[in-house]
Amino acid sequence: MGAGHGTHLHVEGHSVVHRLPAHTKLVGLVVFVLLVVALPRDAHGLRVATLLVAVGVVAATRVPLRHVASRLVVEVPFVVFALVLPFVATGPQRTIGPVTVSRDGLDAGLALLATATTSVLMAISFATTTSSRDLVRALQHLRVPDRLVQILSFMVRYLGVVGSQAQRMKVARESRGFRARSLGSWPVIASSAGALFIRSYERGERVHLAMMSRGYTGQMPVTDPLSAGRRDWSRALLPSAFAVVALVIGYAA
Amino acid sequence: MHVPDGFLNAPTSVATSVVAAGAVGLALSRARRELDDRTAPLAGLVAVFVFAAQMLNFPVGAGTSGHLLGGALAAVLVGPWTATLCLTVVLAVQSLLFADGGITALGTNVVLMAVVGVWTGWLVFVGLRRLVRSAGVRAVPALAGVAAVVSVPVAALTFTALYAVGGHAPIPLGELAAAMLGWHTVIGLGEGVITFLAVGSIIATRPDLVHGARGLTAARELEIRTGVPA
Repeated sequence: MGAGHGTHLHVEGHSVVHRLPAHTKLVGLVVFVLLVVALPRDAHGLRVATLLVAVGVVAATRVPLRHVASRLVVEVPFVVFALVLPFVATGPQRTIGPVTVSRDGLDAGLALLATATTSVLMAISFATTTSSRDLVRALQHLRVPDRLVQILSFMVRYLGVVGSQAQRMKVARESRGFRARSLGSWPVIASSAGALFIRSYERGERVHLAMMSRGYTGQMPVTDPLSAGRRDWSRALLPSAFAVVALVIGYAA
Repeated sequence: MHVPDGFLNAPTSVATSVVAAGAVGLALSRARRELDDRTAPLAGLVAVFVFAAQMLNFPVGAGTSGHLLGGALAAVLVGPWTATLCLTVVLAVQSLLFADGGITALGTNVVLMAVVGVWTGWLVFVGLRRLVRSAGVRAVPALAGVAAVVSVPVAALTFTALYAVGGHAPIPLGELAAAMLGWHTVIGLGEGVITFLAVGSIIATRPDLVHGARGLTAARELEIRTGVPA
């Protein structure tokens, strides 16, 4: 299920969403999704409304639709779960056409489907418009513990390097006639994973030495800090404002 | 494998996030002991490795394939505290840069994989290692494999427990637990075999890099050979 991470999501662009400072986008994303998750279970109309807000945000990023659609694949296992829910849940039954399903299960399935889709769409619009460097700067700005940010920044920095090393090892295996078809190929792939670990670890040691020789003291200097005005914040929190309205309506009703 | 948003209700998501933040905070201070000041670059590269290893597909047959989760593997290779940090960062990047795994469910995912997955694996590994200490470094791959087998269903059971607290639909819990346990035991067996094979191949070349094998490798006397025939 974790397959398909090969391509970076980020797409260069100059839309409104692209130009927002990364930390405002991140705060906006987390607040919005949290509010959507907090909606009452049976408020299907409001959920669809928040889904439309997310669709609007995706449209505002002006990222090609094909790119967005291919990312929705990550949802598939949970779509399956949402479809199964009405049949396995207990509680009062309800008949729709030829089938009898659990009413609670149906509500929960619909809620899961709408919430997960809304949140994946919002996450996609964050990921497509934010470079990995901006994500690191945003986390720094939001006072996430420095060590964690550093680990994350090394991870995103070397993702491509180690990824293409893994790819080269795959090409090397296959050019020697290896085909991953059966359980018999496991030892080969596992020892590739082992080799990849040793290579990554040793690269980490070399990177550390190279940084030491350039005066690294355990802290990365903050160059080019992020800043955001009231206008940026109000734009970034606009979807959350809609979600607050939905939440108020949901609990008032 | 990643929990999406909307699976668990808001209070449960917030609660797991608080637990996750506490665990990560503790791991941040303890990981120093495992990697000293090399923490950031090394843990970063190990995180990349976990990420890349999760993309290696292992064919199961009939056109389907599985992949590694890597909690127990990372714990045995770099120690549990560093592994917690690495898995956390991997999950954060997957959620924020690849839209895989929910944003509000990040805390839940961290608890399941970076805390329960890693620590179950580590505790099982350490417990077993104590039992068969005399076998030395040769036993480490097998112990890591067993630890991986156990860690996956335990994480699945933890998820079932979280669902019981914060799920939206009343599913009979016994059945859910049985289904989760059955399915994840199968996944766990695959995870165990891969972990066994991978740790074995690392022990064969660089036993010094495997955190779980520290203190088990026999110190070898420096041997100076003179008079080698030409």
